[in-house]
Amino acid sequence: MSASAVRPTLDTVENAAATPDEVQPYAELGLKPDEYQRIRDILGRRPTAAELAMYSVMWSEHCSYKSSKVHLKKFGERVTDEMKQNLLVGIGENAGVVDIGDGWAVTFKVESHNHPSFVEPYQGAATGVGGIVRDIISMGARPVAVMDQLRFGAVDHPDTARVVHGVVSGVGGYGNSLGLPNIGGELVFDGSYQGNPLVNALCVGVLRHEDIHLANASGIGNQVILFGARTGGDGIGGASILASETFEDGVPAKRPSVQVGDPFMEKVLIECCLELFAAGVVEGIQDLGAAGISCATSELASNGDGGMHVFLDDVLLRDPSLNAGEILMSESQERMMAVVTPARYDEFVAICRKWDVEFSVVGEVNDSGRLTIDHHGQRIVDVDPRTVAHEGPTYHRPYARPAWQDALVAASSSSLPRPTTADELRATALRLLASPNLASKAWVTDQYDRFVQGNTALAQPDDGGVIRVDESTNLGVALATDANGRYAKLDPRTGAQLALAEAYRNVAVSGATPMAVTDCLNFGSPENPDSMWQLVEAIEGLADACQTLGVPVTGGNVSLYNETGAPGLVDSAIHPTPVVGVLGVLPDVREAVPSGWRSEGLSVVLLGTTLDELDGSAWADVEHQHLGGVPPRVDLAAEKALASVLIGARAAGAVAAHDLSEGGLIQALLESSLRYGVGVRASVAGVSERDGVSTFAALFSETTARALVAVEPSRVADLLAAAASAGVPALEIGTTGGDAVVVDDVTIALGEAREAHTGTLPKLFA
Amino acid sequence: MVVSTGSAGAAGARIGVITFPGTLDDRDALRAIRLAGATPVPLWHADADLHDVDAVVIPGGFSYGDYLRAGAISRFAAAMTSVADAANGGLPVLGICNGFQILTEAHLLPGSMVKNDHLHFICREQTLVVENNTTAWTTAYDAGQRITVPLKNQDGQYVADERTLDELEAEGRVVFRYEGWNPNGSRRNIAGITNERGNVVGLMPHPEHAVEPGFGPDSAQGARSGTDGLGFFASVLSTLVAA
Amino acid sequence: MGRVVVEVMPKPEILDPQGKAVVGALPRLGFTQFTSVRQGKRFELEVDGDVTPEILAAAQQAAETMLSNPIIEDVVRVVDASEVGA
Repeated sequence: MSASAVRPTLDTVENAAATPDEVQPYAELGLKPDEYQRIRDILGRRPTAAELAMYSVMWSEHCSYKSSKVHLKKFGERVTDEMKQNLLVGIGENAGVVDIGDGWAVTFKVESHNHPSFVEPYQGAATGVGGIVRDIISMGARPVAVMDQLRFGAVDHPDTARVVHGVVSGVGGYGNSLGLPNIGGELVFDGSYQGNPLVNALCVGVLRHEDIHLANASGIGNQVILFGARTGGDGIGGASILASETFEDGVPAKRPSVQVGDPFMEKVLIECCLELFAAGVVEGIQDLGAAGISCATSELASNGDGGMHVFLDDVLLRDPSLNAGEILMSESQERMMAVVTPARYDEFVAICRKWDVEFSVVGEVNDSGRLTIDHHGQRIVDVDPRTVAHEGPTYHRPYARPAWQDALVAASSSSLPRPTTADELRATALRLLASPNLASKAWVTDQYDRFVQGNTALAQPDDGGVIRVDESTNLGVALATDANGRYAKLDPRTGAQLALAEAYRNVAVSGATPMAVTDCLNFGSPENPDSMWQLVEAIEGLADACQTLGVPVTGGNVSLYNETGAPGLVDSAIHPTPVVGVLGVLPDVREAVPSGWRSEGLSVVLLGTTLDELDGSAWADVEHQHLGGVPPRVDLAAEKALASVLIGARAAGAVAAHDLSEGGLIQALLESSLRYGVGVRASVAGVSERDGVSTFAALFSETTARALVAVEPSRVADLLAAAASAGVPALEIGTTGGDAVVVDDVTIALGEAREAHTGTLPKLFA
Repeated sequence: MVVSTGSAGAAGARIGVITFPGTLDDRDALRAIRLAGATPVPLWHADADLHDVDAVVIPGGFSYGDYLRAGAISRFAAAMTSVADAANGGLPVLGICNGFQILTEAHLLPGSMVKNDHLHFICREQTLVVENNTTAWTTAYDAGQRITVPLKNQDGQYVADERTLDELEAEGRVVFRYEGWNPNGSRRNIAGITNERGNVVGLMPHPEHAVEPGFGPDSAQGARSGTDGLGFFASVLSTLVAA
Repeated sequence: MGRVVVEVMPKPEILDPQGKAVVGALPRLGFTQFTSVRQGKRFELEVDGDVTPEILAAAQQAAETMLSNPIIEDVVRVVDASEVGA
């Protein structure tokens, strides 16, 4: 702020029309010249400063999906009528809603908060959880669980511990304070995420069919009420127009861009919103996230049937020095916007007062078809809300298979030395078990509350999280998320399908029937044709696979620009990381199948065929720091058949089931044994013989569509028959018991295994 | 342990659960009371009327965010004033986690809770030793019985001056101690204590999360099948029937 | 033995949930005079010997690099406890 600054008059609509040639700092707000021109064309004049602020945030990649939109359409196009059967709300709303029967519905979504979590890991992660929870509330649902998908740089990089500590405490500090059980997630370390950590958070909510609420501003004369936390300077870009003298006086030179979360406020907001919905006093509630009031007002008005007028002076401010543009762009957390009929206003007030929630009426729904905003008695915004919220630019970004892709694919792992002796196999298994990505996540997950709400039937370290929805019937849902960036790097199309296949399998392993998908697509810069190609490949692959498996994408999020290297290189960007979450339904969650066995004498059956697939594997990574070749092939028909067996496995006598993924069969046997401290004696001779693979491949290959199932010996025949009728190869490979995992002549004592498995993360981070 | 359901006294017993802004485990406590066979009664922090309940549970959570000190603001709630009066008259009161913190801030129980010694939030299935089975909330247990209930907190380290600790021990007012591993650095492994009269009990672990097979801690009966927490509610019901 | 007192406050423009919760609760106890509360942190750093200017400078540096998070907090005071009776 210049000392000589003179407070100019507000940049009103009238002023904008009268001063067409005023130079506007659109570039500093991230708008391209043609985008700025488009705004001028839409308005028939230059935008006011406030309008420019609104368009710039709403047309940002983050809010408008301008680079991904043309490709994301494929998700919708691949949804068949049959897949729509159980969809109460599809893609495009705050979150999709799935019918799970008995009048119950579930809404779920995964979102990213990657960039803020690098700048300020604690607050970035905390507000990431807060944002996705508000999305779920705005649908009318009670949030019932969260999951977090975390990816950090190399464990030995000096900056990694800072990010890990902040993010884990932030996810826990916020989620624990909301009373939401954390039922699972992902934790991956890889150098490709250095400087670009990925912090994704998923929330699932529960509601009755009749309680679904869509946020739109309809009903002329209805009031628009902002409630929750006050509006402060959170999240406003630093060196932007907003701090400059040409905009408005009285503004600190530099605004903090860090949003600070207040989980207590959010918990109160959850209860307040649920009470408002239950009492029927709100027409709809819109959460405030990215782009704050700009987004909420333009989306509400755009989704409604009329227009909206807003009195910006009536927004309750934490910082009275905020100017109009800042108020419109602020990303202060824990705020909601409700549409309320005048007749219900008093009831709205009473409920807010009960919860000590501040509110103010900031606007009114009208029939103008416009979004108009007044500040200090003057008109500073007059726009068609659709042009702000939904008719932003769309890009067909150039994309091409990267020049380095062929070399990467050609660099197969086949020439890497493989362990052959029992001693070598044993040592390899232990090193993998102790490697950061395969080690026990307990150091992280023990910092999260998994018991609150009393409905958690399965949580980490099981393959999926399972939550009861209906206490009287024990109907519930299972959720799993997966992504393997290494696979996706080798082949983004296949990698996205593998992520879906694994999440789908993990839901089925618990005994649930997969129903719907959410995704969070974490990629590099859309302006880099290499990264854009990865994104397009992944979207197409995922859309196709969803159609084949009959599970629709109901919503999600795209996070681009996770790229810090110079473009054109093999390591320019993060590994493409399409995180896929699958939701499944269980008629009785008490029957959910855990991933480990508790008793001796159970028969262990391997479902699925094993091929020699070690490219991109945990073995190649841990033992050879190698990434090259082609990822495991995807066989969706086999996944479907396997799922059908797993869903019915409980009835066929299954007491434990675990999917095979990173680290292969030996990792699964170790994890299932460590779960409850009961070992196993097994042989892979039959697998090697049947599938024509070496002992090493039988143990470490990451072929998909495989799972381990433990059954009472008397029920083995039932399980094998079920597998046979589904066309799933099945082989009894061992019996549970003892205090070691014994596979042919390889013996690993559980004590040694436990030390290897649980020691790693505390050693690195505690 | 016998859960007394069906007796007229037990079924008629009304047990209140207070909700503060930021309370998290209120619905869980209400469910536990129902599963134990009593009538759960939701109570609101701003309401001084305890609605004729026969006992009160102050549940866990982060009331007022725990921002000042855990329980520091909630202790001044209207409902807490009534609880303090009633407790002095013998009303059974159970404070779980944040509820325990509120009871110490309200001086209904001695000592205080500070941040865990390892500085992290911790969630685990915790073994406790029942040291006093004569309080209103522990008669269903045997003295010395090992029970497993979930523990989950950030500020769970019980602290008091040496004299208070000596007194608590001398008077048998240490109700629960951590067994095996002290998860938060609590003085003398104390997990829960009672007042002189034995009607007010506070503990950091969560018995209300170990009341229903399928959703509790692991037990010998199977994964997540532990119901050791039911004894708290069975105890107070038999206390009420006996009274 | 000397002691340095370091005080850290959330930056004025940063949301302070702690202070907000306290200011909301005070009126319920009759303290209606206070319109705003912000909650900060105080550190006491002990040294063998006296608090020299070098020690204070080191404390200032420690305060700015570790005791505070410069993104959301300001170091508002680094003083020799004995001089100010703090």
